[in-house]
Amino acid sequence: MSELVTLTVNGQRVDVPADATVAVAIALAGAACRRSVTGERRGPLCGMGICFECRAVINGTRHCRSCQILCVSGMEVRTNE
Amino acid sequence: MSKPLRRQFDVLVVGGGPAGMAAAACAAACGCQVGIVDDNPDLGGQIWRRETTNPTSDAAQWAARLRVAGSEVLAGARVFHQPEPGILRAETAENLYELSFEKLVLATGAREGFLPFPGWTLPHVMGAGGLQALVKSGLAISGKRVVVAGSGPLLIAVAAYLRRHGAEIAMICEQAPWTSLVRFGAALLGQPQKIGQGFSLRKELSRVPFLASSWPIRAEDGEKLKAVTIRRGHAHERVFCDYLACGFHLLPNTELAALLGCRIEDEYVQVDELQQTTVPGVYCAGEPTGIGGVELSLAEGQIAGFAAAGRSENAKKLFHTRAKLNKFAKVLNRVFSPRAELKSLPQPETVVCRCEDVTYGRLRQHTSWRAAKLQTRCGMGPCQGRVCGPATQFLFDWRPDSVRPPIFPTRFENFAVTANHREPEHVEVTGGKQ
Repeated sequence: MSELVTLTVNGQRVDVPADATVAVAIALAGAACRRSVTGERRGPLCGMGICFECRAVINGTRHCRSCQILCVSGMEVRTNE
Repeated sequence: MSKPLRRQFDVLVVGGGPAGMAAAACAAACGCQVGIVDDNPDLGGQIWRRETTNPTSDAAQWAARLRVAGSEVLAGARVFHQPEPGILRAETAENLYELSFEKLVLATGAREGFLPFPGWTLPHVMGAGGLQALVKSGLAISGKRVVVAGSGPLLIAVAAYLRRHGAEIAMICEQAPWTSLVRFGAALLGQPQKIGQGFSLRKELSRVPFLASSWPIRAEDGEKLKAVTIRRGHAHERVFCDYLACGFHLLPNTELAALLGCRIEDEYVQVDELQQTTVPGVYCAGEPTGIGGVELSLAEGQIAGFAAAGRSENAKKLFHTRAKLNKFAKVLNRVFSPRAELKSLPQPETVVCRCEDVTYGRLRQHTSWRAAKLQTRCGMGPCQGRVCGPATQFLFDWRPDSVRPPIFPTRFENFAVTANHREPEHVEVTGGKQ
């Protein structure tokens, strides 16, 4: 079993395996990643950094592709923006 | 303005999947100074994602060869621009890099083909490889019910992988008809290694329904996926599931090759027998030269690596293997190309461009990709048409535009650092360097 790291998604505490990506943490928190330009809830499509559907705000930086970024303890993730 | 970190290589490899790892390992073993730049957090590409740590895997063996040969790996770094020939610019979350090279190997891999149908934008509707990538990255799939759909051998591999991780596979829907699949089976007979893989996957998937000539018609529910309606024979069937993993075979990533001016024909980067593109000193290996799978990628990667290192005699030893695998690849792509009926899946209100929410109804009023872009913003979002471009090519027979930099969205300040406005090199005067 790999170690767990703790981060927050929209203020909610989430524990994930140490090698999980932020997209996984967002899924665990039950959140969608972003709202589309007409307000639809969107989540990851390609899982490999091509489609940009998994964009989220990570530590205040907007438009991060959450499927390509590993979780780090203490990270603050915001979605639906 | 960010100051770029500069690196200089004899051979620079873009892409750290099987083709890139093989190219880098071979070039480095010939004594070249080699760099690998890859967008993902680790080497392995998509097919070997998270596998380089499994000691019995091919991935680990190539990772070990690469370690022994020695190279500099820039992971999590995305190439977005060529400010001048012989230099590529890449960025990570923290840094901007300027990578100069004598020889370049493009091993940029493939992505899944996506076709729009009602509901395909719902959360939990993903690519087949897309869902697998997420599970490899830590998503718990145990106990979840998954419909795997689309086209290509990837569907079987993904279904088996998900099942090993505790998912219930409701069914596998392959759009190709049995008549084509039989041809694929016959071509497999020439590939003993693949027959073995095929049998063991089939065994793993015993009791999972495999439907040919079957595809998703629509996915339902407001906020998250609830059910998928699939075409089965001439009837429609509603299937409840937690995830729909749907990808229509693979498409080559050729944006960087196009930016560098390499000739691309019928979607693939054109190369000579040493994997050299039409731009001297720029080689290309793996899926961008033709979708053919991991063994072909490894063969092409090795050839490109040796050729870039000036060892064409070593490269030639792999020509026979490559030729055999290429024959198989040709059949593969014929069998799994999407059938015309799939063009009637999107409804007027179905979103085709997911970045800009442009619907099928709006797009079909236009006559070209360029006109649609200008009038609707289709393809102008952050994915830069990587998803909707091939979809509209299939739906409307539109041809894509030429590629312009940056080929990925980048921080403005990083793109603005132009080659003509370089700050003078900082000269190291202390530290006793010779």
